[in-house]
Amino acid sequence: MSKMLRRREIVVELLKGRGDLLVVAGLGAPAWDITHAGDHALNFPLWGAMGGAAMLGLGVALAQPKKKVLVVTGDGEMLMALGALATIAVQRPRNLYVVVLDNEHYGETGQQATHTGLGVDLAGMAKAAGFARAFKVRTQADVARLKKRIYSGEGALFAQVKVDPEKLPLVLPPRDGAYLKNRFRVALLGPDSLQQ
Amino acid sequence: MTRAAEAVRTSTKSDSSDAPAWPDEVHALLKAERIRQIAIVPDAGHARLIKLCEKDKSMRVVRLSTEEEGVALLAGAWLGGEKGVLLMQSSGVGNCINMLTLPIACQFPLLMLVTMRGDHGEFNPAQIPMGNSTQDVLEAIGVIVKRADTAADIVETVSGGLHLAFNTYRPIAVLIGQRALGAKDFRKLTGSAR
Repeated sequence: MSKMLRRREIVVELLKGRGDLLVVAGLGAPAWDITHAGDHALNFPLWGAMGGAAMLGLGVALAQPKKKVLVVTGDGEMLMALGALATIAVQRPRNLYVVVLDNEHYGETGQQATHTGLGVDLAGMAKAAGFARAFKVRTQADVARLKKRIYSGEGALFAQVKVDPEKLPLVLPPRDGAYLKNRFRVALLGPDSLQQ
Repeated sequence: MTRAAEAVRTSTKSDSSDAPAWPDEVHALLKAERIRQIAIVPDAGHARLIKLCEKDKSMRVVRLSTEEEGVALLAGAWLGGEKGVLLMQSSGVGNCINMLTLPIACQFPLLMLVTMRGDHGEFNPAQIPMGNSTQDVLEAIGVIVKRADTAADIVETVSGGLHLAFNTYRPIAVLIGQRALGAKDFRKLTGSAR
């Protein structure tokens, strides 16, 4: 078996040349991962709201149908919001891409096992909910295909990326939520958005 | 009365004489305020408003699996430059509490229109614990709560809630009391004489 994918390398690869891609990250490791790839005004890393990442991405995607929205989150965060897979799928957002970095563990709280290591198939659940595309990613070649599907293909896409449950140094984004929100809105909507 | 509430008062009329007028007026108000994303977990008290929003091409109704999804959705809507509202029954408020830390910590505008159960004249014992604590739990997490207990008060309270939420960037809940909606009578629904 080839060696496992590493989460930070994948996120760096997916965000390289991101252009005007809008990026939402679930709390914990995915937020550190997108920040490690480079803090950016069009990043919205969550510091809490566990289970909210994909739905927050849907709200952005519906409001900005001409922009692509990438949600990067973890298996534990996604497991908390399985109903959101149904809610998202029925909206058929063609510009929403959900990438779950699945290390089969709750990494921030002491590496306790999640359901995905015990047979629960998140990509299968997304497929059954009605995502246009839902699949697992296990190899470097799969990552390259995933990147192509995000940047040149249509959503709603769901990718469950099996990654190494490695412990990595934290790379923290700004913690002030109002700042993150306004920075994102100004970058996307212009300075007048602060007057709305 | 806010100007917006006054304007819809004079411009809307319910199509059936015994149907309450407030859902039509609230719909007109939401439209006037350019509310685009309507996140819902249905309640009987919201049925007519939901129908009006579904028919409105300027609105996108997003049916939720559970209410807290709507809190996250509408934070995303605001990030993307759209406004929304969240419609739910009071029993759904309990589901939202942790997700409400998102609009509170980030100062996202959020208007929740909550139709009450476990309130005036309730029949179902299971509805009482959540209904009776709805206002307390919302206020405990930091949401400003306004109540409307008569049909005549609903539009004005919603109008005020919209202004508070979107002008001061915070979550607001408008609780629409069972006294205004009429309590569900299960004996009538089952045809039981007891």
